[in-house]
This record gives sequence, C-alpha cells and structure tokens, in this order.
Amino acid sequence: MSFWLINALNGLSFAMVLFVLSAGLTLVFGLLRIINMAHGSFYLLGGYIALSVIQASDHFMLGMASACVAVMLLGAAMQRWTLARLHKQELPQSLLTLGFLFMFADLAFWIWGGNPQLVPKPAVLEGAIRFAGIAYPAYRLALIGIGVLVAVLLWALLEGTRIGAVVRAGMDDEEMVRAMGINIPLVFTAVFAFGAGLAAMGGVLGGPLLGLFPGADFEVAMLAFVVVTVGGLGSIRGAFIASLLVGLADNFGTAWFPQLSLFTAIIPMVIVLALRPSGLMGRA
Amino acid sequence: MNPHLEATGTRVRRPLWTDRSRTIRLLAAVAGIVLVVLAASTLGSYPVELITQVLIYALFAMSLDLLVGYTGLPSLGHSAYFGVAAYAAALCSLKLGLPFWCAAPVGLLAAVVTALLFNLIALRTARGYYLMITLALAQVLWSIAVSWTDLTGGDNGLSGIARPVIGRPLEGAASYLWFVALVFTVSAMAMWRIVRSPFGQALKGIRENEPRMRALGYETWRYKLVASLLAALFAGIAGECFLYLNGFVGPSSLAVALSAQVLLMVLMGAAGTLFGSMIGAAVFVVLQNIVSSYTDRWLFVMGAIYVLFALYAPAGALPWLRERWARYRNSVGGNT
Repeated sequence: MSFWLINALNGLSFAMVLFVLSAGLTLVFGLLRIINMAHGSFYLLGGYIALSVIQASDHFMLGMASACVAVMLLGAAMQRWTLARLHKQELPQSLLTLGFLFMFADLAFWIWGGNPQLVPKPAVLEGAIRFAGIAYPAYRLALIGIGVLVAVLLWALLEGTRIGAVVRAGMDDEEMVRAMGINIPLVFTAVFAFGAGLAAMGGVLGGPLLGLFPGADFEVAMLAFVVVTVGGLGSIRGAFIASLLVGLADNFGTAWFPQLSLFTAIIPMVIVLALRPSGLMGRA
Repeated sequence: MNPHLEATGTRVRRPLWTDRSRTIRLLAAVAGIVLVVLAASTLGSYPVELITQVLIYALFAMSLDLLVGYTGLPSLGHSAYFGVAAYAAALCSLKLGLPFWCAAPVGLLAAVVTALLFNLIALRTARGYYLMITLALAQVLWSIAVSWTDLTGGDNGLSGIARPVIGRPLEGAASYLWFVALVFTVSAMAMWRIVRSPFGQALKGIRENEPRMRALGYETWRYKLVASLLAALFAGIAGECFLYLNGFVGPSSLAVALSAQVLLMVLMGAAGTLFGSMIGAAVFVVLQNIVSSYTDRWLFVMGAIYVLFALYAPAGALPWLRERWARYRNSVGGNT
C-alpha cells in the first residue's frame, strides 16, 4: 500500500514540475507557432541561476525571482532579435532554437561545470510530514500544491483577463487581432518571455528534486515535448492532464523497470497518438 | 517561394540531365572518390582516418537528406538508426558470436524495424511536430543504452568488435578506407537511383504539396513511411561502418547531439541535393577537427553555426553561395 502511495505522490510532484515547464512550451506554441527546442535550456539556466543566487543569499524565493526575471529577459531578447525575423517559418525557427540549445548547454557547462548539483530546498520545507503511515518529504507535497496553484492562476489569466483574451484571440486569428489595433509583435515577445519564465520556474522547482547537470536540458525538454504532444499543442488544460499521465507513467515505470527508464514515459504518447493524433485537447 | 532565389531565375537553364552527361558525371564522381582514397592512403594514418570519417558521415547525411530534403520530414532522431544498427551488430558479434556476414544484416534489420516503429507513431502527427517526436523517441533509446548496463555496457558502451574479414582482415587504416569507400559508392549510387526514380519524384511532390499529392491519388503516408525505412537502412549502414572503424559503440552514437550534427551537415550543404549533403558532411567534419584542436567550445560553435544558418541561409550554403555569385555577376555588369 505504501509503495503505491509513495510512488503516486512522487509521480504527482514530478508531474507538477513537468506541468509548469510544459505550460510555457504549449503557450508559446499556441500563439507563436514555434516549437522551442531551447525550452529545456531555459529550465536548466533558471535552475542554475537560482542555485547561484541561493548559495550567495540563502533565500529560496529570491533565487526563484531572479532566475525567472533573468530568463524572461533572455527569452525576450532571443524572440525580439532573432525569432521575430523568421516569423511563420517553422523549420528555420526550430533550427534556430536548436542552435541556442547547444550554445546555452555549452555556456552552462562552462559556468557551472559538469557535476550534478541540487538546488537547496527552502528551509521551511526541509523535513518530512507523517501521514497514513508514511513519512513524506514536505517539499514534494508543497510542489503538488504549487503546481495546482500555477494551473489555476494560468487558467484565470487566460480566461479572465484582457491580456488573456488577446492571447487567445491571437491563437485563433493573428491577422484579425492585428487589424483590431493590438500590437501583436509586443504580445509575441511578452508571451515568449512568459513561457521562458515558466520554464525557469520549472527548473527552480525541479532543481531540488531532479538536480541540475549537463544533459538535463535535453531530458526535460524531451519530456515536455511528450507532454505537449499528449495534451495537444497550445492547450494548457491538455498540458495539465498530460503532465499527470506522463509523470505517473514515468515514476511507476522507473520503479518497476529501472533499466527501461523513460520508455514508460512515452507510452501515454503512443496510446494518445494512436487514438487522437492531435492530442487530448488539441484542435486538429 | 523564396524571394532570394529569384536572382538565379534569369539564367538560361541548359538541359543538364542528358544521358551522356549523366554517365560522365557518374564516372567522374567514382574516379574522384578513387583518386581521393588513393591520395589519402599514401599520406599518414590521420588523413586516412579523417577521410574515412568524412565518407561515413557523408553517407549518414545523405540518408537523412532522403527525409529532410526530399520528403520534407525534418527528423531530429536520425542517430537512433545509426546507433541501433551499430549496437545490434555489436551485440550479435559479442553475445552471440555471429560472424560479420550475419551480424551486419541483423543490425540493418534492427535499424529498419526501429524506423518502422518510430514512424508508425511520428507520422500520425502533423508535419511540424515530426522534429519534436523523433527527438523524444531517439532520446528514449539513448536513455535505455545508458541505463540498461547489463545489455549495453552503459556509459562504457561495447568494445572489442573486430573488423570484417573480406579476403583478408581489414586491419590497416588504408584497407578499411577502401572498404568504406566501396560501401559509400554503392550506397550513394543506390540513393541516387532512388531520388531519380518515380518514387523519388513522388517524395518531392509530397514535400512541395502533400494535399495535392493526396488528391492525385497517392497514398502519401505510405510513401513517407517507405522513405523513412530507406533512410534508416542507409543510416544503419553508416552506423555499422562507424562501429567497425572504432571497434566500439557507445551511447554517443544514439545521442541527440549526433542527430543535430547530421541535420546540420544536411543544412550546411543544401537540403534536397545528395551532393550538397556530402559537401556539408565533409566541411563539417573538417571544421570540427580544426575547431576542436583550438578550443573545447565545439558545442557552442556548432550552436552558433546553427543560428547563423537559420537566420541567413535557411536553404543551405550552396543556394546561398549561388545567390551571392549571381548577385556578383549582375553587379559586375553584363560585359562578360
């Protein structure tokens, strides 16, 4: 029994990191039609920046805030000066972000070295909480709460605010939004930066759990790709459900078949693509 | 489609593909390879090894070009077929003790079966996602190669695979180069035939306008699947050449970095021309050797090259050069 409970909770907390990461990817795709290969780099850079700030200042929240802001600025600059020039050219855009992926990977290796490092947890969430006969790390429980909170906030932002309405309209008909007098290039830059910030946040949240190391960018990016494919590109709701599926599949898979790691994570993708090629919530 | 290409449109096109010129070109290409190999084998072992690598990567890049350039399917998981063929052949000879003539075909079969499974999944989605899904699938294989240490040796990989014996053992660097040159020539000619065949023309049609091809009665899905199986077959041949070159295969043969490298080779030349991919591979391997001798930041340089190509020459270096040349000719004036 405790095996199921612990692995389910592990899967859920991992799923929440995945969701925060994938929400940014799917949002950027939904509006800008960019498959951002460098999304995992934003995750890794976010985690590393937070690590350095936390080591210097001892404040987890300060680390998170500075990581998000720094990566958002980086994302804004990248979108504004390079990606915007290739608007609507899917393959060159993907290749461009792939190039950035390698550049960021090498820079991170240069600055932070090759040894795996864990981001320190916030002091309040250091210990374990006892319930139902198990002692479970408080940080992982907090992650589940944070993930749900981020999901609700994103949903409220997209469905309940004016900027959310602009973004949703842009997903459906960019030309029309432009014709209504809205500065859509600015919205594009903002959404790309926001997506980058979400990835950085994923890196900070996942850092104490999964660690930061060269190659982590590929690993999480690959899982995020699986999540957005399962959920349907552009759908936040789909990304949430898909994160749960992929997170749980990966966790139980690794518990049962450690040598086949990652293999079970793609099983939801195989099944969903067989039944619904555009993903759970995707519009064809 | 691409406004930059208009400059070349003013030239008068000669009929290049008459039968005689085709034969002459083919003979010239074969003679060129023989000459290069001959010249190289008189030099030291370093150039021989370098040229062997160039030929292997050129074969690998051309196989990817069947997908990227001819069918319009950008794959970022092409190292999967390269690596699976190498791993399967290595396992056959190490664990089962099979000779080269059994192990090599089994490796190729494994690559083709992998491609079949991958593409049954990846071809279900729209074209833009192909890049992403092939990457994810290849990453799964890489992670299995790293974590299933009993079978794959983990990070250490599998070593001690002897080179094939053809008449005599291909132990020397030069004799192995001859073997690779032969494999390369035969494979390149086969790919050449494929892209020139009606099947290859149908692939180009799919690249340009898939809905129209479907309306014309082509079952485009089947064509894309066969193209990916053929691409996997030739990638597998390259993978096995690489395996026997080093006597070793490790997870780096399945890594995303390798897929990204070979994609860059295709794009550096010109996607959609096998010759361009060959040139791209040669330039890439030489560049990598030069840059790596000066700095450890090769990955960064490779990323920067990607960015520059995506921004300034998304169609590849050869079209870019051709356009510059046309512009130069125009600016010099019509007095030539």
